[in-house]
Amino acid sequence: MKKLAFILVAIALFAFSFGCSSSSTGSSASSNQKVTLRYGIWDKNQKPALLTIADDFHKKNPNITVKIEVTPPADNAYWTKLETAAQGGSLPDLFWMNGPNSIKYESNGILMPLDDLVKNKSVDPKNYPSSLVDLYTYNKTLYGVPKDFDTIALWYNKKLFDDAKVPYPTSSWTWADIQNAAQRVTNKSKGIYGIAAPLYNQEGFYNTIYQNDGSVISADGKTSGYDQPATIEGLKFWTDFIQKGYSPTQAQMTDNTAESLFESGKVAMIYSGSWMAIEYAQNEYTKDKVDLTVLPEGKKRAVMIHGLANVISAKTKYPEQAKKFLAYLGSKDAALVQAKTGTVIPAFNGTQQAWVDSNKQYNLQSYIDELQYSIPLPHSKDTAKWWDDETTILKKAWSGDIPVDQAAQQLAKVMNQDLAAEK
Amino acid sequence: MKTHDAASTLPLKEKSVSKKVFQSNWFWGYIMIAPTMIGLLIFYLWPIVQTIYFSFTTWGAFGNFSWVGFDNFNKLFHDPTTLGAFRNTLVFTVCTVPIGIFLSILVAVLLNNRIKGLTVYRTLFFLPVVTMPAAIAMVWRWLYNGDYGLINQVLAAFHIKGPDWTTDPHIALISVIIVAIWSGIGYNMVIFLSGLQGIPATYYEAAMIDGAGPITRFFKVTLPLLSPVIFFVSIMSLIGALQVFDLILMMIGSTNNAIESSETLVYLFYHDAFVLNEKGYGAAIAVILLIFILIVTAIQMKLQKKWVHYD
Repeated sequence: MKKLAFILVAIALFAFSFGCSSSSTGSSASSNQKVTLRYGIWDKNQKPALLTIADDFHKKNPNITVKIEVTPPADNAYWTKLETAAQGGSLPDLFWMNGPNSIKYESNGILMPLDDLVKNKSVDPKNYPSSLVDLYTYNKTLYGVPKDFDTIALWYNKKLFDDAKVPYPTSSWTWADIQNAAQRVTNKSKGIYGIAAPLYNQEGFYNTIYQNDGSVISADGKTSGYDQPATIEGLKFWTDFIQKGYSPTQAQMTDNTAESLFESGKVAMIYSGSWMAIEYAQNEYTKDKVDLTVLPEGKKRAVMIHGLANVISAKTKYPEQAKKFLAYLGSKDAALVQAKTGTVIPAFNGTQQAWVDSNKQYNLQSYIDELQYSIPLPHSKDTAKWWDDETTILKKAWSGDIPVDQAAQQLAKVMNQDLAAEK
Repeated sequence: MKTHDAASTLPLKEKSVSKKVFQSNWFWGYIMIAPTMIGLLIFYLWPIVQTIYFSFTTWGAFGNFSWVGFDNFNKLFHDPTTLGAFRNTLVFTVCTVPIGIFLSILVAVLLNNRIKGLTVYRTLFFLPVVTMPAAIAMVWRWLYNGDYGLINQVLAAFHIKGPDWTTDPHIALISVIIVAIWSGIGYNMVIFLSGLQGIPATYYEAAMIDGAGPITRFFKVTLPLLSPVIFFVSIMSLIGALQVFDLILMMIGSTNNAIESSETLVYLFYHDAFVLNEKGYGAAIAVILLIFILIVTAIQMKLQKKWVHYD
């Protein structure tokens, strides 16, 4: 019987210790308790600024530590991981949300409503551009505090323009000017291309589609705009550069990203989001050789605007602490830290100048000047589906396997089916 | 329950039933394997049952699903993408498994000799096995880079224009196959080495006395006695090859024009289930793959009687 007694005691001890540990994690309400909040982001370039903010917050609230978890955005990894975590109940306490995914997360009860934060004035929506507040308001409830916004601008390599004796791009450029310059700067024998025409929607063809009076999705979000001739012209703007040899081929831009080709002086012009400014400023080659201006004008002026928001998981174990950190992330102090490090344009009204001044060698004011004609990034409830359609079908047009108009018609058909399937 | 006999030979006279149970060998046997068995049940068998169930459902966002019967399988058999992925998987398997086994045996036989720096060679061949597949894929992507990769730079020195290794739809799958074979040699080599060292030297001595040269000895002694190991390796590498995923995701990727001609079933499963969130359709792909692997393995089990020698 000795053995049996031993086993029973062992089991009892095990169960007891298990019970203790689980009960201690269960009581989370007390605000004096030391807690660690997990904060999920996808951009490694922004981590240093956010670490500074988290440290400042920790100094003011010694009981709350924030751990930043970076998941790179390549191949949709951030969103894949986030959705799986949402299903498995292991979401970070706070994380980044973007426009294309906002409706999906808000309508499924994944995010914590922030009404009480607005009511007790720890977050004031008037501090942020109204287009961004609208983006994260669903059924009249605010779910996210705008963190930053981004627009797209034309970056150019001054050295390559000097070598080709072509004048630099200006804010009055039109489509004809950029097409002309791309041709003149291209130098086949040296392996220099005038422009990079990668298969990018937000940085690339969405801008030219709206500059040409086309549309990606109808105003009610029910039909695709890819079968309109104006939209197709917006796509052709890019494929023409590849076909004429003024841009690297689709295959080359798969092996090496368009940005890395720009950063190694192989490409003279590129459309880049404001989040790239810090990378170009830190890159050994581009830091003093490049500058930027507003996007060239098509039939009209247009540029994509998009902004991230910080959100709280509805299932966080520490709602009070998470709300406290969220309010701090949305504060002017936090906005200024991000602005000064030059990572992104903060959404907090009046802090943008600090971002413009963060890298004085560049004309970063261009990104702010574009605000007046900016258009929100098109999205619907299940944006990921038709973004995947865009990649799958348009890459064949970018590689020249099928003509652009044929690809666009095909895309419109598939996208309409996907939009019809949204519930 | 042969082990039960040992316990029942113990004197049983005044023992209670519970005492009998605790002193029996089979009871402690089950306790010992319990951790593994429980893990197997929770992490392998239960997910298989769930996957089969999910293959008859369709999914909305965040885990809402509904029963759709055989819809997923119907769609699957009429979807050119899936059929293409099935073909790519077969090509990948048919190329990597035989070539991989052949090269592994060759390396194992060569490294079974007493040559200088033996451990260095063995370590070199084994290194890819202990390297993360993602790291292997990234390094090879650089080697394969069309404009700036080392391979094409070397070819350019001989005035040969190298292909776009990972972006040309005709070549991408072959490029991945080369990496898969290269990274698999080390693991198989170690298993073959242990097989080779289990062959008694007396067989070779007898064969030599009978006048057999090195080649005859290889085919008449080494290969037949190695056949159980070859059988084991062929089953394992076939299953591994049919499930290839990481190299495709890391080396090719969804924006690549060559993805249609190189995506495999498991890649497609990942893309449908986790990028497009069609988890039911993804589960159906996984079920088809499971059935296919079962059939192929059963055929191998049957065929082994014809060529595997157990001494």
